Amino acid sequence: MEKFTTLTGIAAPMPLVNIDTDMIIPKQFLKTIKRTGLGVHLFDEMRYTPEGAEVPDFVLNQPAYREARILIAGDNFGCGSSREHAPWALMDFGIRCVISTSFADIFYNNCFKNGILPVILPPDAVEQLMDDAEKGANARITVDLEAQTVTAADGTVFEFDIDPFKKHCLINGLDDIGLTLEKVSKIDSFEATARARFPWA
Amino acid sequence: MTAPKTLYDKIWDAHLVDEAPDGTALLYIDRHLVHEVTSPQAFEGLRMAGRTVRCPEKTIAVPDHNVPTTPDREKGIENAESRIQVEELDRNARDFGIHYYPVNDIRQGIVHIIGPEQGWTLPGMTIVCGDSHTATHGAFGALAHGIGTSEVEHVLATQTLIARKSKNMKVEITGKLPPFVTAKDITLSVIGATGTAGGTGHVIEYCGEAIRGLSMEGRMTVCNMAIEGGARAGLIAPDEKTFDYVRGRPHAPKGAAWEAAMTWWRTLKSDEGAQWDKVVTIRAEDIAPVVTWGTSPEDVLPITGDVPDPESFAGGKIAAARRSLDYMGLKPGTRLTDIPIDAVFIGSCTNGRIEDLRAAAEVLRGRKLAPGVRGMVVPGSGLVRAQAEEEGLAQVFIDAGFEWRLAGCSMCLGMNPDQLAPGERCAATSNRNFEGRQGRGGRTHLMSPVMAAAAAVTGRLTDVRELMTETV
Ligand code: SF4
Repeated sequence: MEKFTTLTGIAAPMPLVNIDTDMIIPKQFLKTIKRTGLGVHLFDEMRYTPEGAEVPDFVLNQPAYREARILIAGDNFGCGSSREHAPWALMDFGIRCVISTSFADIFYNNCFKNGILPVILPPDAVEQLMDDAEKGANARITVDLEAQTVTAADGTVFEFDIDPFKKHCLINGLDDIGLTLEKVSKIDSFEATARARFPWA
Repeated sequence: MTAPKTLYDKIWDAHLVDEAPDGTALLYIDRHLVHEVTSPQAFEGLRMAGRTVRCPEKTIAVPDHNVPTTPDREKGIENAESRIQVEELDRNARDFGIHYYPVNDIRQGIVHIIGPEQGWTLPGMTIVCGDSHTATHGAFGALAHGIGTSEVEHVLATQTLIARKSKNMKVEITGKLPPFVTAKDITLSVIGATGTAGGTGHVIEYCGEAIRGLSMEGRMTVCNMAIEGGARAGLIAPDEKTFDYVRGRPHAPKGAAWEAAMTWWRTLKSDEGAQWDKVVTIRAEDIAPVVTWGTSPEDVLPITGDVPDPESFAGGKIAAARRSLDYMGLKPGTRLTDIPIDAVFIGSCTNGRIEDLRAAAEVLRGRKLAPGVRGMVVPGSGLVRAQAEEEGLAQVFIDAGFEWRLAGCSMCLGMNPDQLAPGERCAATSNRNFEGRQGRGGRTHLMSPVMAAAAAVTGRLTDVRELMTETV
């Protein structure tokens, strides 16, 4: 997994609540058996007309945001299905960080498995960053995972909370499965006990 | 004496393999359900790392999202990508030796319907699937939730999940449901009251007289949509109804194992005095048949209401509601019962079980689909379909003018050819009304099977109570 340490970049504003995973990556792109190549379909039905032309108004189609690395979004980002295609598509497009007031649980977890940092900040902080994002390339935002801070264009620093284990894995690009397999003897002994206690399971 | 525990606490504690001082836990997984859409990359990951499936006997796979539901489906899947996904699942199930219900098996169906049907889903278990509606299995008092594909790979390789304990939330539905008000109305009303993020970070336990009064099918409908309320999982404590449902199922314990299981299952309830982080109480008498008007499951109103004015909301919801109404082609102030529909979809893991079909057929018996409306019934499994045929329900649907389909996810998300055309409006018994969910530009109103059946008859959103009293 790609590491995440610090990131400075343009942020795209998406001031909508409840942006769901069907919006992030519609179902017709779930038929892939690969993890890559989904970036062109990110936000597909908002981004393109049914004929496949770009919708000029859509934020990621505007010249200022084609290189966006950060997304600033409304409440409850990533609600809906468990599809990991959502973070895959964001990553493939080049978005490495999403900032919102809240995230849906499964999406939030999925981000960490793919080198994307979801940052939860209070409403006024998100509002200020949304204003920054509206300014496009004139306002770069910096995210520092080690320090757990987001720095707005005017230098205001917002601190965020994060699960220490998730932070550790993301900073070091660690593979969860490898880490868990180091504890295989604990799984073995759990299974032995469980076999006695729940023989039917 | 130990501190009083919630049902969630008890299941969590019984599956804890390891817990770090910071609260990061390794949770043992009893059942891993797998479908074709969210698993190919996980199996590919296993192969690339030279890993195997740790417990193939606890892993159950079925293709459901991509499969055609037309009667001629033995001819194969036309769309190449869909076909490849199903073929990949065939191959992965074979190569890794996991339980498998292929397309042509009568037991095939939506993964969340066949888990309980086959007795894989049992009280007190931990159950995961690369699918958010895994919450369904919580109806048995099992801790069940959706996971992403990386986690699917993790569970395949280790039979565990890295997790952190959620908070406890109690949703109590007191009293008795009025006639024609169903489990779907309960679950939608809860989401309407708490919002789609109301349960975020929590595991919900549903309780109260109205929940006890529901059948297992109804309880599955309630838990199915816990995820739409943002919750990690939904739970209902098992009782005699649960045990009666489970008893005798192909993979349920038998004989002495059954007795041993029952001893533990009977302890699966929240203790008196257990601590809740959040409590919501709703009176069953206050619940009406509801429909959704927007593109979020929280956009719920009683069928007696009007399309709301976006300005009546606050904050970011104003823009979202405007966008919703624009997408849905609706004007504020329109009576919900004046909204005409083009299609009716009865099915999905929310409402594709036998009882749902019985309820819808009851409304449709002796009635017809309104002219110009397309109706589709998609049973949740091959066995549900067979039973509905045996009970004569299939004939009721056919006589009313519905298409009687084979089992699968179908128009719940339209990954197969079952889709709405742009602008088409559908009364659906599924669980998501997101933009484009049932087909690009398609407009979805979520409701119960009886409400969908009533809409089918009149050709517009309809209060089933009125339709059913008209003729009495
Ligand atoms: S029926 Fe719908 S919600 Fe249920 S598993 Fe299938 S696609 Fe998902």
